[in-house]
Amino acid sequence: MDRRGFLKSSAAIGAAVLPATTSEAEARTSDKEFVGVLVDTTRCIGCRSCEVACSVVNKNFVPDVKTDNALDKVRDTSEKQFTIVNRFETDKGEIFVKKQCMHCWQPACAAACLVNAMVKTKEGPVTWDGDKCMGCRYCMVSCPFDIPKAEYHSTNPRIMKCTMCYERLQAGKKPACVEACPTDTLMFGPKRQLMEVARHRVYSHPDKYVHQIYGENEVGGTGWLYLSAVPFDKIGFRTDLGTTPYPEYTREFLISVPLIEFGVPAFLLTLNTLTDRKKEVREKENDEWTQPGADK
Amino acid sequence: MNTTAASTSAANPTVSGEFSRVFKFFLQELKPRGKWLTPFNVISIPVILLGVMIVVYRFMYGLGAVTNLSQQFPWGFWIGFDVITGVALAGGAYVICFTVIVMRIEKYHSILRVTVLNGFLAYLFYSGALLLDLGRPWHIVNPIIGNSFGYNSVMFLVAWHFFVYTVALFLEFSPAIAEWAKVEKLRHVLHKMTLITVILGFTISMLHQSGLGALFLMAKPKIHPLWYTEYLPLLFFTSSVYAGLSMIVFEGTISHKVFGNLIGPKTHHKHDDIVLGLAKGAAITMFVYYFFQAFILLHDPERYKLVTGFWGFWYLFELIGFVLVPCFMYAYAVRNRRVGVVKVAAILTVLGVILNRLNITLIAFNWYATNRYYPSWQEIVVTLMVVFIEVWVFRWFVTRMPVFSKE
Repeated sequence: MDRRGFLKSSAAIGAAVLPATTSEAEARTSDKEFVGVLVDTTRCIGCRSCEVACSVVNKNFVPDVKTDNALDKVRDTSEKQFTIVNRFETDKGEIFVKKQCMHCWQPACAAACLVNAMVKTKEGPVTWDGDKCMGCRYCMVSCPFDIPKAEYHSTNPRIMKCTMCYERLQAGKKPACVEACPTDTLMFGPKRQLMEVARHRVYSHPDKYVHQIYGENEVGGTGWLYLSAVPFDKIGFRTDLGTTPYPEYTREFLISVPLIEFGVPAFLLTLNTLTDRKKEVREKENDEWTQPGADK
Repeated sequence: MNTTAASTSAANPTVSGEFSRVFKFFLQELKPRGKWLTPFNVISIPVILLGVMIVVYRFMYGLGAVTNLSQQFPWGFWIGFDVITGVALAGGAYVICFTVIVMRIEKYHSILRVTVLNGFLAYLFYSGALLLDLGRPWHIVNPIIGNSFGYNSVMFLVAWHFFVYTVALFLEFSPAIAEWAKVEKLRHVLHKMTLITVILGFTISMLHQSGLGALFLMAKPKIHPLWYTEYLPLLFFTSSVYAGLSMIVFEGTISHKVFGNLIGPKTHHKHDDIVLGLAKGAAITMFVYYFFQAFILLHDPERYKLVTGFWGFWYLFELIGFVLVPCFMYAYAVRNRRVGVVKVAAILTVLGVILNRLNITLIAFNWYATNRYYPSWQEIVVTLMVVFIEVWVFRWFVTRMPVFSKE
């Protein structure tokens, strides 16, 4: 190849490479953010429209909201219902709290999953893939909110949890519960915007809200955020979960794995060589053999 | 493995004849021997049959039909006892392999094969019991064949290491199988691989024994703070050493009674010395473990305050009653050459390890729960089935292959 040809082709390669790298950089710094939902518990009237909408969209058990008196006791989400509303009696009156997957920023369930069945999608929702899952239920053990639920009475059990209506989001729609809410308790959007709205509400009504946004920092931050009029432990939230992202708890151990995998065999081989007494004995015997008078 | 076998076969023209001979020999050896109506058979056969029926039922109607698992207790007796505890108790294999093969301490050579066999069967059956517990066991190959690697998961590490270690234990035991089938060339090749498989086996044992502890690191808010510590991997690894040693003493005692006719007089005579040696090792490791626990407890004043009420009592009951007491019993027995005391201490230690693992997986797990988990009778029967089948297979191996020393 002559010099001109070389310059030409290298320029062509450079031209081909440059746009590719810039587009990659663009993708990295794009304004695409994890989405979430802000729940203002002071607005909720306990109508449970979200429960119905959720179950209809996900083809789950649809509760009979008018007659089942489900609010009489504190319930948990189940393999049949991805979201439920609970009623709490507090000194500021009845407070209704919706519960569902929190869609953590760094989810413990996704870090726990050995087959990447549970994943944090780049849009924000945490989803589950039944073609990969082997049903070990380690996600259930790891989740600090006890959200993933197993279908124990099925021969092909699924892990059931809220997906923030991932398919609806991809079609440009809002989660079903958000759309069904008649009181604007639920607000859907990127977390940054939701945080601004939440802070604004707390600052402008300091006597109406406690000065905390649940999910801002809990377990490293969650996609769903909560505002409340009373301390969060009074309305069924765990306040002892810490602000460390849960995958961090296993990080040090996992980092040590490759170190041990290479270091220990080397150490053991050395030990094995150093303890070769047979060789030592053989050499000693040979020594004695060559010494004059050793065989008398 | 296969390639070495194939290359040796290529050099040998009569290999197909050899293969069919071994196969016929194997079929012939499959037939049962000896008396049928032994007390062990009378108890174990009905349990195994019932267990098989429960397993069939479980696959027809789901886990919920036979277990007491709930959404709050996703892991029950099959994981907590069969897998987490069973693997800890099988830790003897890597400790003895390290002692005999890496450190070349010949004193324990006579128990090497039986310990490796015990380890291999324990891994095969107890981690095999995992298949019963998986909701979608047909996807178990996913993390192995590589269509979806969850590198971030401790479970991924544990799964791979279970798999590799079971293969390594099989390779470590395989010279005995080759001797039994009288394939001398293969035995020679397998024997040469021992050091490598032992070193590999020790390394991955270290990682998956501690990995079982690391599994619970993310369950921080669910495990009672007296049992939860960031040092769980270290505690699991250390306790697997003395759990394994105590299990060797326990199994050895039974083997010497039941299979006494298979064991040579010299080995039989030396057994007390071996037991005392193992006891010494167990005493030291247990003291180290106790020291770790005490250090973790005293290091943090907040933790120290937790030692009150039922859970404080339960914690001390485990740590003093089943770690410190057997530790001193071992030490006393070694000093005064009391083999009987070693055997009692071994049973106490094994119970202590079972208690510790069940505490972390079931008892102090979700300690605040109002609906506690208790294993259903079906879960217990299936666990017994797994143990009994393992004993049957163990018996089949030791009565046919050169497992015990004939000297």
